[in-house]
Amino acid sequence: MHTLVSPDHVGRESGSPGLGVFPLVLVGLLAVAYLVAAVHDKRRWSHRRTAAWLVGCCSLAVAVSLMFGDGTSGVRLHMTQHLLFGMVAPLGLVLGAPVTLLLRISPPRVRRTMSRLLRSRPLHVLSHPAVAGLLSTGTLYLILLTPLYSAAENHQLLHHSLHLHYLAAGYLFTWSICGPDPAPRRPSVRVRTTALILAGAAHAVLAKLMYAQADGRGAELTGDDAAAVRTAAKLMYYGGDVVELLLALALFVTWYHHRSRLAVPAVGKARPRAGSRSKDREQRRPGRTSPAPYHPRRPLGDDH
Amino acid sequence: MRSSVLAAGVIGIAVMAAVDEIVFHQVLGWHHFYDRSTLTIGLLSDGLLHAAELVALVGGFAWYADLRRRRVMGTVAGWGGFLTGAGLFQLFDGFVDHKILRLHQVRYGVNLLIYDVLWNIAGGLLVLVGLTLVWRVRSHAHSREP
Repeated sequence: MHTLVSPDHVGRESGSPGLGVFPLVLVGLLAVAYLVAAVHDKRRWSHRRTAAWLVGCCSLAVAVSLMFGDGTSGVRLHMTQHLLFGMVAPLGLVLGAPVTLLLRISPPRVRRTMSRLLRSRPLHVLSHPAVAGLLSTGTLYLILLTPLYSAAENHQLLHHSLHLHYLAAGYLFTWSICGPDPAPRRPSVRVRTTALILAGAAHAVLAKLMYAQADGRGAELTGDDAAAVRTAAKLMYYGGDVVELLLALALFVTWYHHRSRLAVPAVGKARPRAGSRSKDREQRRPGRTSPAPYHPRRPLGDDH
Repeated sequence: MRSSVLAAGVIGIAVMAAVDEIVFHQVLGWHHFYDRSTLTIGLLSDGLLHAAELVALVGGFAWYADLRRRRVMGTVAGWGGFLTGAGLFQLFDGFVDHKILRLHQVRYGVNLLIYDVLWNIAGGLLVLVGLTLVWRVRSHAHSREP
């Protein structure tokens, strides 16, 4: 049994005594830094990108201030934070295309270093949708189905690092699926679609597993009552849906714009269901005489 | 024509799955989020289906929009594909989800047989109408070609 501290107690105190308002200040800095960079961009930075980044920062701020607690407790609070830190905030931040912005405003030397970094092998491996999916959704199993969760509820440092992990892994996964930032040798749309479906499925299955085991192991592992675990599981299930839908939207909207920009469509094709090769040709042929606008040199990161 | 049918079919499958989730699970409350007889393999397949449905909905519409933009989307073929996809999902849900995996039932506390039969007949009809439309467009195209 892991019922060591009452959940209310943890909910109220996990954020405040350890770090105070420090995380909030950090989030504020992120927003301000981005705005300053956007103003400095000579080629007029897209307002939509800025808005996306600010939405991301706002969800981060909400997630952080939830730590100060208002009575919502334990596993429900944790789940809300997981959704905000790991899924909603990363989506906003990724769609803000911070790397592109940084590339635009930094001097050539920094740019060279950054592009070397973006081309590096470890980053490719790490940002492959399969790896990123395992790191984000996969580790959720590790956290929620083992005593790790209740350990984190009682440990300041572990608690905060868990939140950081949610954010970092969520960012990585979102980036690998639908990031507008430059990503050399990014896998095809088909691979990314598959990864998105698998990750979404794993998320939904975990939520239902939690729901199913709410009375026995679930309550034992979280130290919460079964009703709270069930609420958390439903929150996870439906929250996961919303974010999966948004991710799919971001992925396919990018794909749609990408196709209109290609004179000879060749790179990414999104087909959620398997099809034959002849269809590819059938799809491509009219593309050459397409009435759609063709922008040979649209600036990076303007496709939303 | 082929991509018209497929793109619309993907949308059909996804829309039917969404209707199933929204109408029967949420609005009517007939189906359950989880009923205790569910097998683990059922949970897995349901999660996969559910995730695929969401992505298919968005992907299908993006594909459809792309075909429309390039003016190669056939209307009748599209409807045929849509109805076929919707019906196929209905049948799949009726046989595999409800009966083989026993994920959940159409309704609880009533005589199930009539609900099951109606459910699957509705699915079968959709497929039939859809395939007829597709077949008609196909034969039409063939008769014009030579």
